[in-house]
Amino acid sequence: MKAIEISEVRHHFGEKEVLKGITLSAEKGEIIGLLGPSGAGKTTLIKIITGQLIPSSGSVRLAGYDMRQPGKEIYREIGMMMDDFGVYERLSCYDNLKLYTDIYRIGAERISEVLKWVGLYEDRKCPAQKLSKGMRGRLLLARAVLHHPKILFLDEPTSGLDPATTRRIHDLIHQMQQDGTTVFLTTHNMTEAEKLCKHIALLHEGSIVEYGEPKEICRRYNHQNRLRVLLSDGTVTQLPNTEEAAEQIREYLLERRIETIHSTEPDLESVFMELTGRSLQER
Amino acid sequence: MKNTGIIFRKTMKDTGKNIALLIQFIMFPLMAVIMENAIQIEDMPEHFFVGMFAVMHIGMAPLNVTTAVISEEKEKNTLRVLLFGGVRPAEYLLGIGGYVFSACMAGAIIFAVLGGYRGKEFIQFLLIMATGIIVSMLLGAVIGIRSKSQITAATIMTPVMMVFAFLPMLSMFNETIAKIADIAYSQQIQLLLNGLASQTAPEPKSLIVIAVSAMIAAVMFTCAYRKSGLS
Ligand SMILES: Nc1ncnc2c1ncn2[C@@H]1O[C@H](COP(=O)(O)OP(=O)(O)O)[C@@H](O)[C@H]1O
Ligand SMILES: [Mg+2]
Repeated sequence: MKAIEISEVRHHFGEKEVLKGITLSAEKGEIIGLLGPSGAGKTTLIKIITGQLIPSSGSVRLAGYDMRQPGKEIYREIGMMMDDFGVYERLSCYDNLKLYTDIYRIGAERISEVLKWVGLYEDRKCPAQKLSKGMRGRLLLARAVLHHPKILFLDEPTSGLDPATTRRIHDLIHQMQQDGTTVFLTTHNMTEAEKLCKHIALLHEGSIVEYGEPKEICRRYNHQNRLRVLLSDGTVTQLPNTEEAAEQIREYLLERRIETIHSTEPDLESVFMELTGRSLQER
Repeated sequence: MKNTGIIFRKTMKDTGKNIALLIQFIMFPLMAVIMENAIQIEDMPEHFFVGMFAVMHIGMAPLNVTTAVISEEKEKNTLRVLLFGGVRPAEYLLGIGGYVFSACMAGAIIFAVLGGYRGKEFIQFLLIMATGIIVSMLLGAVIGIRSKSQITAATIMTPVMMVFAFLPMLSMFNETIAKIADIAYSQQIQLLLNGLASQTAPEPKSLIVIAVSAMIAAVMFTCAYRKSGLS
């Protein structure tokens, strides 16, 4: 059984078709990323997969459960971090989590454990309204993983956060995966997708335009396959992947003039550009 | 119903840190304490301020706090997260309601003590207060459930609150207002409280108006709840 399995999912908001037949699946224990610019339909898809929104058509299964009629049991198995999920502003970090250990009937020791894990233990008594954006993000993550979910959904978990917090959250996501959790995340940051995800799906205007391992996708779009050579005098030359170039490189090597040599695969950003004519950063 | 107590405690902790709501609970009992001790005017009925402020307490605190708590949780989406956590809507509403009711009844006890009620009358006073508080809470819940944001909720709640909290007081000064106010449950509660103070039997009309109001509030609540649930 796959962790996530969705097939031919379509969704309309009024006249507007926001998702146009999405088919996608994720294996247990992998990190899968949904990459696309703002407005592509990422949040809509994550809401549909987690049963927060019923799709116009198509099927969604999560750990075997049919998410068009989600029962209560499934929410014990998944954790969600959505940017519109609030916290109790006047309650402390600790009390915000205490509410949920009570609801989930798990021991309060778990609160300190999770707070230490996200690095908020020192701030456990701080009311949520006094937290910085990065700290709030970590509190939301702490709440999402409190009950040891098998599948974790993260909607743009690092959007708008500083580099240090971003790195920290990346480490935490990695650790979750190491512990066997399936992670489904959305992002418009291709470095993030490349760094974290086993598989990524590129979402553009409601359709998946490309799917695979990040390196694989980049290689697939490596039409030109050029070599970039930095010579010891500081000049950079781009060489095509041909026999003449090999001859040229041999000469450089013999003359000991080569400082560095790289193959130039396109990154996800340029693949996305090529596929859609749009940048991931655009609105 | 296991989560009701958890929601009760959460709401108590949270409103305990919300000065604006805390003031709602203590404002009128406190004013009654001050006025009863500070102002003595000849010919004024005994414990005049107890009756007046008790009715205002009923018209404002339960309505205001219930609306504020539910609409804030809806706007900030903390309510949705609770429901995903497995809290049932009924558990949620009972938890909130139980807390607001207890806090408002604490005020009612202060009024009863100030009014010098003892024994059977003390219980009767609290029963009348409890009835009014429950009707106000149901109205507050309807507004909270039906509103998408705190602002909308406050905009609808304020005039409702003004009518029920202030009509009884205004009706003391104006015959016409008194006639109109007759159909307001808070006005009839005031008459019941006055009756209790002056040892006169309650009029059937008072009981009917209050019973009908309670029924209407309960039906409105059920409809609001059935129609949109808590989402
Ligand atoms: N509740 C809604 N009603 C109408 N349109 C919506 C609603 N939610 C999202 N949309 C529209 O659907 C599209 C996709 O939105 P969204 O899933 O939030 O994109 P993303 O998360 O990738 O930025 C956008 O054009 C957005 O305006
Ligand atoms: Mg989004």
